[in-house]
Amino acid sequence: MIKDIESKNFNIKDSHLLHIAKQNGRYSSLEKLFSMSSEDALNEVDKSGLRGKGGGGAATGGKWKLIPNPSDKPTYLIVNADESEPGTFKDRQILEYDPHLLLEGIICSSYALHAHHAYIYIRGEYAFWAKRLQFAIDEAYNAGVIGKSVMGYDYKLDITLHRGAGAYICGEKSALVESLEGKRGHPRLKPQQKEPEWFFGCPSVVNNVETIASVPFIIKNGYENYRAYGTEKSPGTMLFGMSGHIQKPGIYEIQFGESMSEFIDKIGGGVKDGKKLKALIPGGSSTHVLRADEIEDITLDYESLKAHGSNLGTGGMILMDESVFMPDVVKNLFEFYHHESCGQCTPCREGVGWSDKLMGKILDGNGTKKDLDTLINLSFILNGKTICVFAPSVAYIIDSYIGKFKDEFYSLVK
Amino acid sequence: MSWHFNEENEKKFHTLLTRYPKKNSLTLPSLWMIQHQDGWISEDAMKYLAKKLDMSPMDIYSIASFYSMFHLKPIGKYNIQICKTLSCKLRGSADIKKYIENKLGIKAGETSSDMKFTISEVECLGSCGTAPCVCINEDYIQNSTPEILDEIINELK
Repeated sequence: MIKDIESKNFNIKDSHLLHIAKQNGRYSSLEKLFSMSSEDALNEVDKSGLRGKGGGGAATGGKWKLIPNPSDKPTYLIVNADESEPGTFKDRQILEYDPHLLLEGIICSSYALHAHHAYIYIRGEYAFWAKRLQFAIDEAYNAGVIGKSVMGYDYKLDITLHRGAGAYICGEKSALVESLEGKRGHPRLKPQQKEPEWFFGCPSVVNNVETIASVPFIIKNGYENYRAYGTEKSPGTMLFGMSGHIQKPGIYEIQFGESMSEFIDKIGGGVKDGKKLKALIPGGSSTHVLRADEIEDITLDYESLKAHGSNLGTGGMILMDESVFMPDVVKNLFEFYHHESCGQCTPCREGVGWSDKLMGKILDGNGTKKDLDTLINLSFILNGKTICVFAPSVAYIIDSYIGKFKDEFYSLVK
Repeated sequence: MSWHFNEENEKKFHTLLTRYPKKNSLTLPSLWMIQHQDGWISEDAMKYLAKKLDMSPMDIYSIASFYSMFHLKPIGKYNIQICKTLSCKLRGSADIKKYIENKLGIKAGETSSDMKFTISEVECLGSCGTAPCVCINEDYIQNSTPEILDEIINELK
């Protein structure tokens, strides 16, 4: 079940060092890359069907094609390493065990985009990983892997690491760009038609670490070989995570389309301490919760999760055993979202805090049926009335948890 | 104005200026440098930075106060951050919190009177597979248990 497109070097000792990384195939895609035109490289990625692995699952090629070509302004690649969705800890595996895979991916992607400067925005808490990545960048500069002439080819590329400072919302791509411009991380209003992101008015692409790390394989082996993995609409592999009540928590690379329950039982070793599964969150806390009896037919790809009323998200699954009381989970998640709301849109700033307060009141035993109704109503206030998808995520939590575990919530109110 | 970057940060600041299309991008890196220099970010330092970046002190304050990792007041030498989000909670972060609070005799959100320890509860540290996770200053203590933390805190004391 386990695949190794991205995780091939994860178990090799010291694979974060340039010479070891090179011995193990890093930067071997560049010879083929520079024999291609930028346009051909972009088409290769487009045809591979690679989808963004940061949660949204948008087509990478489609995003890249939004960059005007030729452009009279410089183009930038911005790599999103602001991994902070609860349940998600996959990008840090790449940063820790194979940072040169990311740098190789940045070279391939920047070349395809005609970009000569790439930024990596890493979450502030990842100090260890930022140091490791900076070390890899420095090694790459000193060895001429990046800089004025990438590996001796006629192509210039700079890479700059930029540290965030503890704001979940900066994982939202437009908030990330705002933050990179030195401002508060407030998401931007979305344009009516698809557009690139704009970094100081210059066309830019924002991609997740794992997305970029998938590009070298596609360039080196061709899009057909990437499509050999996964399903028609969700091609390739992904680093899926398991945490919470699972016997063997961790990150495992598997191809899209594998059975969710087999993944949990065979790879994860089943629920912790032999208990029964009650529910799970499939791809980070912003995705709809699933009851144990709903997961039997689910396969791990975007389509199947969607068909079952949830989302693949970041692939970071949180499992909960039979001992878990769902209102406690909801309170925990509300606290997270309350703390992380950027405060820009009133429905979100006030609504999430209100939800948190109501849930606290209900859990304290002071809640009434009317409070629960107010909470359910808040879902309508939160959904679809704000700039970004943060508030809708909270609405999904209200809908899916109260919808699926009604009795537990109503048992608390008078 | 008396506050200024130390020599190393001044040098770093000028190198960073060459890495971005506009110098506004230097707010976050500079605030980090200030915090590393002093342990927190003072009003004087923010005024200094505002001048350096041609921004108003209010702009700098608005940015610095937005990001939860910037400390606008002095905190303890060791900032013990306990992840309280779901995966850590499911694997016992509440016990970890109770243990640390008892050990240090202060509550989450407080700083010890000798300014040595601050306990804070933080949201998801991205360490869900190695939960529960505690972060002391910038170091993650993964799969943490009271025993492991006991040893570490005793050393820091």
